[in-house]
Amino acid sequence: MIEAVWALIGDDLPALQIAVPLLAATVCVLVRRPRAAWAVAMLVAWSAFANAAVILHRVLTTGTISYFEGGWPVPWGIELRIDLLNALVLLVVTGICAIVLLAAPRSLAAEVPEEKHYLFYAVYLLCMTGLAGMTVTGDAFNVFVFLEISSLSSYALISQGRTPRALTSAIQYLVMGTLGGTFILLGIGMLYMTTGTLNIVDLASRLAMVGPNRTVLVALACITVGTGIKLALFPLHIWLPNAYTYAPAVVTAFIAATATKVAYYVLVRFVYSIFQVSLAFEVNRLDAVLLPVSIAAMFAGSLVAIYQDDLKRMLAYSSLAQIGYMVLGLALANVNGLTGGLVHIFNHAIMKCGLFLVLAAVLLRTGSTRLSAFAGLGRRMPLTFAAFVVGGLSLIGVPLTVGFVSKWYLVLGALDAGLWPVAVLILASSLLAVVYVWRVVEVGWFAEPPADAPEVAEAPLGLLVPIWILIGATLFFGVFTSLSAGVASAAARMLIGGAA
Amino acid sequence: MSAVAAVGLAVVWPLAAVVLIALTHRRPNLRETGTLLTAGSLFAVVAGVILPAVQAGGRPRLEVLELLPGLELAFEVEPLGMLFGLVASGLWLVTTFYSIGYMRGHHEANQTRFYICFAIAICGALGVAFAANVLTLFIFYELITISTYPLVTHSGTEAAKRAGRLYLGILMGTSIAFLLLAVAWTWLAAGTTDFRPGGILAGAVGGTQLVALLALYAFGTGKAALMPFHRWLPAAMVAPTPVSALLHAVAVVKAGVFTVLKVAVYIFGIDLLATTGASRWLTWVAAFTIIAASCVAISKDNLKARLAYSTISQLSYIVLGAALATTAGALGGGMHILMHAFGKITLFFCAGAIMVGAHKTEVSELDGLGRRMPFTFGAFLLGSLSVIGLPPAGGSWSKWFLLLGAAEADAWPMMVVLMASSLLSIAYLMPIVVRGFFRPAPADDGHGAGIHEAPLLCVLPPVVTALGGIVLFFVADDVWRLLTGMVP
Repeated sequence: MIEAVWALIGDDLPALQIAVPLLAATVCVLVRRPRAAWAVAMLVAWSAFANAAVILHRVLTTGTISYFEGGWPVPWGIELRIDLLNALVLLVVTGICAIVLLAAPRSLAAEVPEEKHYLFYAVYLLCMTGLAGMTVTGDAFNVFVFLEISSLSSYALISQGRTPRALTSAIQYLVMGTLGGTFILLGIGMLYMTTGTLNIVDLASRLAMVGPNRTVLVALACITVGTGIKLALFPLHIWLPNAYTYAPAVVTAFIAATATKVAYYVLVRFVYSIFQVSLAFEVNRLDAVLLPVSIAAMFAGSLVAIYQDDLKRMLAYSSLAQIGYMVLGLALANVNGLTGGLVHIFNHAIMKCGLFLVLAAVLLRTGSTRLSAFAGLGRRMPLTFAAFVVGGLSLIGVPLTVGFVSKWYLVLGALDAGLWPVAVLILASSLLAVVYVWRVVEVGWFAEPPADAPEVAEAPLGLLVPIWILIGATLFFGVFTSLSAGVASAAARMLIGGAA
Repeated sequence: MSAVAAVGLAVVWPLAAVVLIALTHRRPNLRETGTLLTAGSLFAVVAGVILPAVQAGGRPRLEVLELLPGLELAFEVEPLGMLFGLVASGLWLVTTFYSIGYMRGHHEANQTRFYICFAIAICGALGVAFAANVLTLFIFYELITISTYPLVTHSGTEAAKRAGRLYLGILMGTSIAFLLLAVAWTWLAAGTTDFRPGGILAGAVGGTQLVALLALYAFGTGKAALMPFHRWLPAAMVAPTPVSALLHAVAVVKAGVFTVLKVAVYIFGIDLLATTGASRWLTWVAAFTIIAASCVAISKDNLKARLAYSTISQLSYIVLGAALATTAGALGGGMHILMHAFGKITLFFCAGAIMVGAHKTEVSELDGLGRRMPFTFGAFLLGSLSVIGLPPAGGSWSKWFLLLGAAEADAWPMMVVLMASSLLSIAYLMPIVVRGFFRPAPADDGHGAGIHEAPLLCVLPPVVTALGGIVLFFVADDVWRLLTGMVP
């Protein structure tokens, strides 16, 4: 039976990553009952996760997977192309989708009216469709199409927040996101104009033949700015803090761990697979722009995070800093540095998603995510608080957590590039993380809750389980790094080697 | 049991205590029995299984797993680590007895958390002692920092919170900003981070880069309390006294100077440091710390603060031993880890006993107390002798070898510094004993005459460690022979 199914769909796995959630989204609308819609979403998300694991395994054993939609060959048809790089990203995206869904029913109940839940799950699956599509596609224009699917659905998700500010944040994100999408589209258009193709592999080989010219430079600039907005690279980040702060807690956990990561993946794909090292870094000196900007992001994000009273906003600014690390890894343009950037997709996704779910639990129990809500949390919600401490240590980059692995590769990359001041800056910015994490730990550990504070109990299992899956993964992959860092460094070697 | 298995067991064994303590948290007597049994069996394993193997010239090595390609979490016991492991595990046992007396006598809260964090810190200390490479050492170094934070802030007062901030800020700050960078640099330059006899950097790093790398290691190891990164240690004195005694006189601070010494011997190599002179500047930083901290100690009236500055000064003896880049200096430094541990833990035990028995914390309040607490003050006297470096206390030997090392390196200013520091330590320790025994007690005392010591469990441990310090004077030869295995 299993073999029969396998024979039927075994080769179509990449396409299923897009088709199944897309169809399931409509099913969610049809069933209307919140529980049933959740069950559909869970089934789809977890099987997508399993599917991504199979795909990664296959890429590791047999190499890059190329799939032609509808059997149409390139250049007429659209290719889905999965190599080590996007196999890893796909695993992260689907995994986070699946785990966040575990937390959704309990957390949503407190924030979104129940009659809207089925729509929430439908839009959630659409967003997942877009993100997975951007990841697996081998066609530059397709990237833009799926980007818009994921963006439009994420505006809808963010607008579901409890306060009216959620709406204005969603609109702010909509305006900025549309700008970003437009820049990306312009860039892709110019590439098409120059080369006459949209397939990523063809683009790469033809660009190499065309050589440097002004149109290509402008295309590179447009794509860098466009993805820069989508991945909230300082100073193009202004949509991010509000969106993360005012969105429902699970949406923040989901978007923080996936949307910016996929945007980062797109930037890596364009820079390393299409333009490649020679055109991006040797002819056009992309690093001269991205190095200072990413370092500024590391410091600006962490410094602002220190002064935030709302912890969702604090973690949002922390994300800005972490995005800085990722872009820095890209800009270093050597194997160690890029490995650091890529492995941070994985590492930052699990730790930040875990931390935002901790905030979801705190919001559920205390009704607030302000610093004062953490008073005495060490005694009132010990397991939740412990998760925050571990996640925070990982943000700092303490050894045996995933944060250390990323930072180790980034420091090696900076030293490899001969940029020892950059290595010092990477470590110095980690010290800022000590400050913004520890001020929360101090309040949770020492402060007495106010006398009139509501009775608070440990978070429900529905939240504790996903939180500790992610926080446990933070520790597990901090020790056993062959999956995360192993795949990331193989992908980095492949990209720097110039093979698409 | 094979020595290799014993190494792995020794590192995780304190964690067994964590489980026992957590399970028995409602029954204090059972809980303390569990801690005692774990500490006792740990010491038995370290002294009974690993020590003979190392003395016979073995280097039991245990590779746990590969963290990143080429970078292993691994343990290998060599003489210096053996010595530190013995000190940490042996004194943990003594301190556990003392903790029971002190924590109960002082009616401290949250004792379960206290014992759990204590055990984790010991796990960290053994990991540092037995680490086979700098990365493993770094991991356990950070474990010590994090696990001791709740101990420093145990009382939860505003002062404790501030001290905790300084503690974490300096220790974690220096280790992330400097030590981690040094580890990464070592890895890139030498292609390994293993500790190897004779060092791994010869031919890989040279010139001013060598000086810079040594500076990253020396200042990155904030636990060594080299000035100007020493402020955390006096701040940590807000912790309960057993913490100050074992952690801030032995395990934590010795993990720091142990790191500096081990890196100097096994990463740089004494020969490389001697021929390039890359560590010359470090002898001056250490000398400054020795003298300056002693002077501050003299000015402190609070007993624990005075002892803390004395520790800062004495730690730099060991850094000096490493920086002299001579065999005798390195051996003297290694020996001082042991000798100072016994001396200083005695002094802190006594300070705690005085606090529990007479509720006194300032040196100026100690007049005549020696006649009420003769055992405590007698132990204090013996401990002082060891710290000052006078026979018949073990400390005289380590100081002797450090002097030899300085002479070997033609560093006569350092000989002067060592001598001056001995005089200064007489000046800050002896007045305490003199006040206790020879000054008349204040009239309004109200305690009356006769002996009035702290509870037995607070008094016995310092007496034991004080006598241990005397025994060490006579067995120094064995220590010397063990340590000679560390220099090729």
